[in-house]
Amino acid sequence: MMNEFTLWDIIRNLGTGAAWTIGLSLTAFVLGGIAGLLVLAARISHKPWLRKSMRGYIELFQGTPLLLQLFLIFFGIALLGIDVPPWLAAALGLTLFTSAYLAEIWRGCVEAIPKGQWEASASLAMTWVEQMRYVVLPQALRIAVAPTVGFSVQVVKGTAVTSIIGFAELTKTGSMLSNATFKPFLVYGLVALGYFILCYPLSLYAASLERKFHHANAPGSH
Amino acid sequence: MPTPLVRIDAVHKHFGNNHVLKGIDLRIQQGDVVAIIGRSGSGKSTLLRSINGLETIDDGLIEVDGERLRAGQTDLRALRQKVGMIFQQFNLFPHLTVGQNVMLAPQVVKKTAPADCEAIARAMLLKVGLAEKFDAFPDQLSGGQQQRVAIARALAMQPKVLLCDEITSALDPELVNEVLAVVKQLAAEGMTLIMVTHEMRFARDVGNKLVFMYQGKVHESGDPKELFANPKTPELQSFIAAVN
Repeated sequence: MMNEFTLWDIIRNLGTGAAWTIGLSLTAFVLGGIAGLLVLAARISHKPWLRKSMRGYIELFQGTPLLLQLFLIFFGIALLGIDVPPWLAAALGLTLFTSAYLAEIWRGCVEAIPKGQWEASASLAMTWVEQMRYVVLPQALRIAVAPTVGFSVQVVKGTAVTSIIGFAELTKTGSMLSNATFKPFLVYGLVALGYFILCYPLSLYAASLERKFHHANAPGSH
Repeated sequence: MPTPLVRIDAVHKHFGNNHVLKGIDLRIQQGDVVAIIGRSGSGKSTLLRSINGLETIDDGLIEVDGERLRAGQTDLRALRQKVGMIFQQFNLFPHLTVGQNVMLAPQVVKKTAPADCEAIARAMLLKVGLAEKFDAFPDQLSGGQQQRVAIARALAMQPKVLLCDEITSALDPELVNEVLAVVKQLAAEGMTLIMVTHEMRFARDVGNKLVFMYQGKVHESGDPKELFANPKTPELQSFIAAVN
């Protein structure tokens, strides 16, 4: 029985799990990025109730474990009589989690833009939206790229938590294979290697972007 | 007296418990070159920044070429199109070229056609002596050049009045004159200028009106040459003695 699975079988199955991990990461990152932009806009708007409610949203997601957020979505919505498939709960949970963190990262970047940029553009009669669109966001974007790519590593690793609610991504596939093969060290070793293969290039890319933009701020580099 | 271009009536401003402007009244005519002087904390920068609404006023009225600004007002687009401002720290947009810096507001705010924007930008850069820097980025320029670009950027909106907030204070001494020469040329062309400045000689030689602020009020004002020669109040006397 134990030899039913060859090493190739294990790797092949983990590959399928890894594909779901990639899919979930991309979904969470893209949808979370879009939602994060909306949260950001509300977080720095001139309306105090919008700012406060978005601050609450961000603190809620930053102040509770991702695992609990997933439980609450998975079991909470089920309480309403709606059957939530694991993939949907996983995508929804990670999207909300990502949006809160990205909004906060980006807010820091927007606030790093000197006050003089706001004053100069205001003096040229630009509206808030025009100031954001033409002056503040283009500069904030440059400093946001590296930490944003860096955060994508957290999203990839965060997908592992969705194995608890039964989404068959890399970790869940690993635990099923481990149960079937009785080779936990081999299987989980390969699972860890899989995450490393996904995350390490992202980390390298983030580090190189950081160097590039750091250098771009030096005089005479255009 | 013709209708003043800038009218400042009984303007008050507080920062918390600090009463920084205590009832300012000023009339500025078309073509006036006004120098506002005074110690730091006298309210001179706050007054200047109130004229285009960078600081909100708590009471009183400011009117520029028929555009009114009252306490608590937030819609400033019409007023700001008539008032240009130049800052101590230049505040050029570092992600845009010199040309793009100058073209941005005409394009975005006035919806001027791109070809016209470029023509305006090139003309304004020529005026400040930087026509050849159109495609350079701000961080490739000296401080004096950056400040001249900032002047061109403000002029591109064809303002009725230009506010200058200590525009030479951040410059190395050898770069001050190239900026002052541009301002002097604008004054000669009839541009209305209101400047907060520490350049007393410039205030005296180029200005036609001097405003001395002291503890949130206009303490003394009038013809610069006359005031510098015969300051009436002891506060202005001691201020002039201190800066000379």
